[in-house]
Amino acid sequence: MSLLTQRLRFIPFLPIYVALYFLFLYLPILLLPIFSFNNAATTTFPLAGFTTKWYASLSGNSVMLEAAWNSLIVGLSVSLLSTILGICAARAITRHRFRGQRAAAGLIMAPLFLPEIIVAVSLLMIVLAMGVELSLVTVILGQTVFCVPYAMSVLVSGFEGFDRSLEEASYDLGETAIGTFRRVTLPVVAPAIVSSLLVTFTISLDEFILAFFLSGTEPTLPVYIWGQLRFAAKLPGVLALGTIMLVVSILMLTLAEILRRRAERRTQLAHALP
Amino acid sequence: MSDRAMIQIENVSKFYGIYKALDDVSLSIAEGEFFSLLGPSGCGKTTLLRSIAGFENPTTGEIYIDGVPSLALPPNKRPTNMVFQSYAIFPHLDVAENVAYGLKRLKLSPEEEKKRVGDALDMVRLSGLGRRKAHELSGGQRQRVALARALVMRPKVLLLDEPLSALDKKLREEMQVELRTLQKAVGITFILVTHDQYEALALSDRIAVMFDGRIAQIATPKEIYQRPRTRKVADFLGGMNFLKAKVLGEQGNAVSIDTARFGAVQLVKPQGFATSDGHVTVGIRPERLRLLWDDDRAPHELAGRIENRAYFGEVTHLTVGIDGLEQPLSMVETNNFGADDLPIGAEIRLAYDPEAFVLLAEDPPVSRL
Amino acid sequence: MTAAAFGPIAETSSPSRRRAWMRSEEARGLAMISPTFLYALALLFLPVLIVIAYSFWTQNYLEIDRTFTLENYRQALTEPIYRDLFVRSLWISLTVSVVTVVFSYPVAWFISFHGGVHKNLWLFLITVPCWTSYLLRVMSWKVILGYGGVMNTGLISMGLIDKPVTSLLYNSNAVVITLVHSWAAFAILPIYVSLQKVDRTLIEAARDLGDNRIKAFFRITLPLSLPGVISAFLIVMIPTVGDYVTPRLVGGKDGVMIATAIQAQFGKAANWPLGAALSVTTMVLVSLSAAAVVLALKFAIRRIK
Repeated sequence: MSLLTQRLRFIPFLPIYVALYFLFLYLPILLLPIFSFNNAATTTFPLAGFTTKWYASLSGNSVMLEAAWNSLIVGLSVSLLSTILGICAARAITRHRFRGQRAAAGLIMAPLFLPEIIVAVSLLMIVLAMGVELSLVTVILGQTVFCVPYAMSVLVSGFEGFDRSLEEASYDLGETAIGTFRRVTLPVVAPAIVSSLLVTFTISLDEFILAFFLSGTEPTLPVYIWGQLRFAAKLPGVLALGTIMLVVSILMLTLAEILRRRAERRTQLAHALP
Repeated sequence: MSDRAMIQIENVSKFYGIYKALDDVSLSIAEGEFFSLLGPSGCGKTTLLRSIAGFENPTTGEIYIDGVPSLALPPNKRPTNMVFQSYAIFPHLDVAENVAYGLKRLKLSPEEEKKRVGDALDMVRLSGLGRRKAHELSGGQRQRVALARALVMRPKVLLLDEPLSALDKKLREEMQVELRTLQKAVGITFILVTHDQYEALALSDRIAVMFDGRIAQIATPKEIYQRPRTRKVADFLGGMNFLKAKVLGEQGNAVSIDTARFGAVQLVKPQGFATSDGHVTVGIRPERLRLLWDDDRAPHELAGRIENRAYFGEVTHLTVGIDGLEQPLSMVETNNFGADDLPIGAEIRLAYDPEAFVLLAEDPPVSRL
Repeated sequence: MTAAAFGPIAETSSPSRRRAWMRSEEARGLAMISPTFLYALALLFLPVLIVIAYSFWTQNYLEIDRTFTLENYRQALTEPIYRDLFVRSLWISLTVSVVTVVFSYPVAWFISFHGGVHKNLWLFLITVPCWTSYLLRVMSWKVILGYGGVMNTGLISMGLIDKPVTSLLYNSNAVVITLVHSWAAFAILPIYVSLQKVDRTLIEAARDLGDNRIKAFFRITLPLSLPGVISAFLIVMIPTVGDYVTPRLVGGKDGVMIATAIQAQFGKAANWPLGAALSVTTMVLVSLSAAAVVLALKFAIRRIK
């Protein structure tokens, strides 16, 4: 082996590659906050100095605040609805065996494997065909279809290790079905449920296509941003708004991840043998 | 242990579709008895235990707990408590909260509750660990928490579902002693499910051996080991040499048989004994055969030759070929006298006691559908 | 015990039997999943059926003519504008999925084999960008690739180029880059999961039997992680074919994809049946090409052994 190839062996190609990959992943979301504090209306280097004026301009923007309020309503409703539906499905799948289980789960998970535009178009058609007015309600119903698969994934991994004998032990010690749900089931799976609420809220907050097709005259934040993108002058304001949304998303996801891990630890423990 | 029946199981069957998990099981367990359900996995022992606890609903039959017909009662209304195989320690609660879990329903005064939890923890030697979380406990400690949590309810019957199977060998042996002591101390009925014959022999007052959803034999450990009723029971409980024999005659409870090379032997008829063609199976445990050294003499002896030898530390297992026998005999010899040094092919003599032979009944045919 | 797996056998319908069934495993499972299932049925399955139905109808101004026709499909498949959009959409989604899988595999491998005790943290860091707003990320790429954008002004201020490069934005390359970025985590996760399932002793066995590292990788690790590669491929390819935001924001004229045409039928053009036919055709075409790629992958892997 020549000296050169020997030297080459010691260059950590793979770690360097992974580092570059991470740079690629994070570059776009790091640029938003950088330019949101840049004292210029264009997004060019070199930077023109620090300012918070773009953030200040947001607070007086009533259309934006209206959209934020809409997003909050939609996000809370979607996360609640999809988590409840996710709990039913996750429990059915982790706890029971029945015919048609795979087919049912397949249908519920299908939105993950469909182009979102098709989901949006088909929902739009059924909503209009039934003569329903487009509103936040239609956005909520549509985004829930899209969020249930994510809720279900989070919840299934939380419920999977939940040992049936924990509930049996509770009955055995004299507790009723309702008492068992309250004192054992709920506390043990609570982190997974909260994690699902956070994840689905984040998805709903960021979701654009369904909201774009189904929201009618009440825009959510992404729909509002979409409308602003046509005007170059509005870009810094959008960047500031985007930065805030980014921070909110990342905080919620981090919290969700911490809770998910706690849920995993708990349920793994429950049936872990030494 | 009293003579009063604490558990009375009458003609209990459990079907899953047409599969019989339990097939007409009847038995009675006394107050204060340590009773084991022993059998291979899938034999129905866990289903039976869970039927007593109330987690399975037998298709037919009735289970009386302390005289009360109990099948209609849910698990939380039965005076039984269970130690689960996985221990099922609530992961969100600490040790003391786990033990107090069932007491909360009883609405005791805080002092009373605290005292009972403390007593229960003392009993399983976990005092001082009340604030530990489940993940901070070792396997043995978790098992003790499960025991304390069940015993604190002062059940009439404690049900144990393979409670020691998750522990390593040394800890398991320690816990066996402790379990037996605990049972003597609290004096209530313990029902243990296990697939480990030594565990059942060491712990129980009586053992029920189960195969294929049916009870094959119920007896004390000594009787079940020394007088197994059928070939399957004999085989499950440990090593056994099986021999074909011819029936010479029957007188009342006794049968005379002739085994090739061992000569004529008189044996006690087991329950359910019947012979159709005048042939039967008899068995003799390997440790009931003994090597004869040099000038030793015995009333009943047989010549043979060592075919195989396996060294087990305190004992050596020998396979001895005997002319005129289809199968070589297994025997176990302690290593006091040098059995571990016998060369393969060595000519030896062995002694046996005709009393040690057991006449075995035929096993019922297996049909679970 | 094991018997529980046998499940109930077909039963006669005496009332007690029916009660027994209601309490059974199967009934409880069905009852539990039914709210979610019915929701998906009503708001996913049924709407898709309606789209399919519409694709065979005709629109006359505001009226829908419900006589069966294949006219919409004829238009969708023969009109050059739609044909070009289909070809480009399929080509872009194929490129995106291949590039994403190829570039993500080493990262998934690295995390699985060298991630140490912090594997979950690595995975979390990979997924964070993907969970943030899609719209914002696409917008950010526009900022990066634009004429007066980050890339150009950055390179100029570093002195590497002296006038802005125009070929960065508003073409299908920009669409591919942006989509690869968007779907990275969706490719890494399934590949990682299947790599985690690869029994490490199998690789040791291959090494023991004389393979070097690279050979062992191609003969053991790669074939065994194929299920992950395939699902990564599908989960990227199928949704990207109908992407709407990216082509609109960074694609320019050269990067328009089929979703824009579909959206137009439901908006300005107001021809629902044609929009429905375009949607159905998209799904069918992408399913067929995905199936072809999966078959090709399986075949290629079999050849390696």
